Amino acid sequence: MYLVLFLAVAFFLMPVYMMLVTALKEPIAIGLDTAWQPPRTWNWASFAEAWVAFQPKLRNSFVLTVTAAAASAILGSLNGYVFAKWPFPGARIAFALILFGMFIPYQAILIPLFQFIKSIGLYGSIWGLVVVHTVYGLPITTLIFRNTYVEIPDALIEASSLEGAGFFAIYRRVVFPLSLPGFVVVIIWQFTQIWNEFLFAVSLSNPESQPITVALAQLSGGEAVRWNLPMAGALLAALPTLLVYVVFGRFFVRGLLAGSVKG
Amino acid sequence: MSWRKHRNQLTGFLVLLPSMILIGIFVYSFIARTIWSSLTDWGRDPSQALALEPVTRFIGLQNYRELFTGVIDGRFRQDLVSTVFFTLFFLAGCLLAGLLLAILIDHKPRGEAFFRAIFLFPFALSFVVTGTIWRWLLQPSGGVNRIPALVGLPPRTFEWLTSRRQVWRFDWSSLPVASAIALGLGLAIVAALAYRSRRRGGAVAAAVAAALGLALAVLLRGYRPLPFPELHGFNLAFVGIVVAAVWQMAGYTMALYLAGLTGIPEELREAAVVEGASGWHLYTRVILPLLAPVTLSAMIVLGHISLKIFDLVFAMAGPDNAYTDVPALLMFITTFRGNQFAKGAAIGVILLLLVALIIVPYLRSQLRREVSR
Repeated sequence: MYLVLFLAVAFFLMPVYMMLVTALKEPIAIGLDTAWQPPRTWNWASFAEAWVAFQPKLRNSFVLTVTAAAASAILGSLNGYVFAKWPFPGARIAFALILFGMFIPYQAILIPLFQFIKSIGLYGSIWGLVVVHTVYGLPITTLIFRNTYVEIPDALIEASSLEGAGFFAIYRRVVFPLSLPGFVVVIIWQFTQIWNEFLFAVSLSNPESQPITVALAQLSGGEAVRWNLPMAGALLAALPTLLVYVVFGRFFVRGLLAGSVKG
Repeated sequence: MSWRKHRNQLTGFLVLLPSMILIGIFVYSFIARTIWSSLTDWGRDPSQALALEPVTRFIGLQNYRELFTGVIDGRFRQDLVSTVFFTLFFLAGCLLAGLLLAILIDHKPRGEAFFRAIFLFPFALSFVVTGTIWRWLLQPSGGVNRIPALVGLPPRTFEWLTSRRQVWRFDWSSLPVASAIALGLGLAIVAALAYRSRRRGGAVAAAVAAALGLALAVLLRGYRPLPFPELHGFNLAFVGIVVAAVWQMAGYTMALYLAGLTGIPEELREAAVVEGASGWHLYTRVILPLLAPVTLSAMIVLGHISLKIFDLVFAMAGPDNAYTDVPALLMFITTFRGNQFAKGAAIGVILLLLVALIIVPYLRSQLRREVSR
C-alpha cells in the first residue's frame, strides 16, 4: 500500500520538482537532456526578474479577485438567506435558473458579453472583469449560502420574528452572526476560482489590466522560451492560491464539495 | 404571523431581484443573443465584421450546416471528435485514480493528512499554471521522455503535443447511421432490462423507440453529409493533455469519494466483514455500489469541465496547434482572431447544448431530491 502511495506522491510532485529545479537554474544551464538534474549553482535571479515583469499583473489579479469575491459573497449571502428562509412562490424555479448559470460554457455568452462590456466603457479595465466575475459568481455563492442557512433552525427565525424583528433585523441578529464559516468557504472558493480564471481574462483585458494568468500564458506561449522565467512565473502565479489551500484546507474542501450541487 | 411572513417574503423577493435581473441579462439574454447571432451572416463580410453597428442578414441554420457538413469546417468536426475522446479518457483517468487514492487514504495510512494534501493540491492551481509546467515536462527531447534515461534506458522520443498520429479513424459520413444504430441498440437493452424487471409499459415504449432508431438507420443508409470520405479519429497529441488534466483533477475526484466514504456507516462495513467479506469483496460488493451516486456526480461535474476545457489546452499547446484543438478553443479563435462572429456564436451554442444535455437532467434530479428530503 505504501509503495502505491509513494508512487502516487512521486507522480504528483514531479511537476513541482521540475518547476523549482528549472526556475533555479542559470538560463544557460537549462538543457533538455539535463532537465532532471538539480542546478549546480542556485540562481534566484529568475524570481527577481519574473517578479518585476509580473508585479503589475499580480496587483491586477489581487484587486480583481478580492473585490469580485467580496461582492459576490455579500450578494450570495443575502440571496441564500431568501432562498433558505423566505422562499416566495416560484422561488424554486428562480433557484434552478440561477444555478444553471454556474454550468454554462462561457463561450455561449462571450460575444454579447464582449459587446456589452465594450458598450459600457469597461473593456480593457479591471472593473469590467470585476463585474463579470461578480455576476457569474452569484450561482455558486447563492448555492453555498443557501445550503448553510437551511441548517439554521426555523425556530430561531420565528422567535426573533415574534419579538418584532423584520427581514433585515433577523438577518443582522440571527443569520449573519452564524455565517462566518459560510463566508470563509465562499470567499476562499471565489478567490481561487477568480484568481485562476483565464477565458474572461484573456477576452476582456488589455496589457495594462491583464491578470496574472494571461501574462503567464503569453510568457510561456512564445517560441524559443527561456524556461527559467515561465517556471518562476508559474510559481508566483500559483503561490496565493496554494497559500490559501495550505492555510484553509478544510474550508477549501467544503467549497469543493458544494460545487457538486449537494450541500 | 402570516402577514408578517408574507411581508418578509415580499422583501426577500425584492432583495433577490437585482441578482435575478443580473443573471437574466448576463446568462439568459446573452444566450438568446448568441443564438440570434449564430443565425446571421455576421463576419462573412469583412467590412461589417468589426463595425460598431454591423449590418447582418438572417441566414437561418447555414452556419450550423457548414460546421457539420461544410467542406471548409473539417477542423470543427475533428475538434468535436477530439472532445469526445478527451472526455472519455479524462473521465476514466480521474475516476480510477480518484477511487484508488480514496481507498488508499480510507485505509488510514500513517501520514494520512499529508498524502491527502499532496493529492489535492493541484486542484488549487490554475489550469494555466498546470499547462505551463506540463508543457515543459512534455518537450519531445526532455522532461518525461528522459525518465527512462535516468535509469540507463534509451530516452523515449514521443512527440507529446505535436504528434500527427491518429488512431481509431472513421469516416465522418458514416456517423449518422452509426449513431442511429447505437441509439437503437441502447434502447433495445433498456427495453430488455425493463422487461426483466416486469415494467411492461416502460419495456414497450423503449422497444418501440429502439425499433424507430433502427428504422432511422435504414432510412439514413444512403445519406452522405460530405461528398468525399473525411477521416477523423483520436489524436495521440491529446495523451499528454489527458495526463496533465488527470494530474490536476484526480485529487478532486478523490475528495468527492472520500466524502462519500465517510458517509457509509461503520456498522455496515463491520457487518459485511462479519459475514465473511474479504477486503476486495468489501469494496466491490458493498462499498462501490453505495458510492454510485458519488460516481454519477463526479462524472457530471468532470464531464462538463471536460467539454468546456480551454485554458489547459491554450497554455500547454498554444491556441494554434491543430492537433490539440477543441471546440471551446476554436470558438475563441474563430471569433476573436478570425472575426467570424456568427460562426463563433454557432460553436458556442453547440457547446451549450452539449453541456445542457448532461446538466439539465442532473439539476432537475438534484433539486427534486432536495424537496423530498
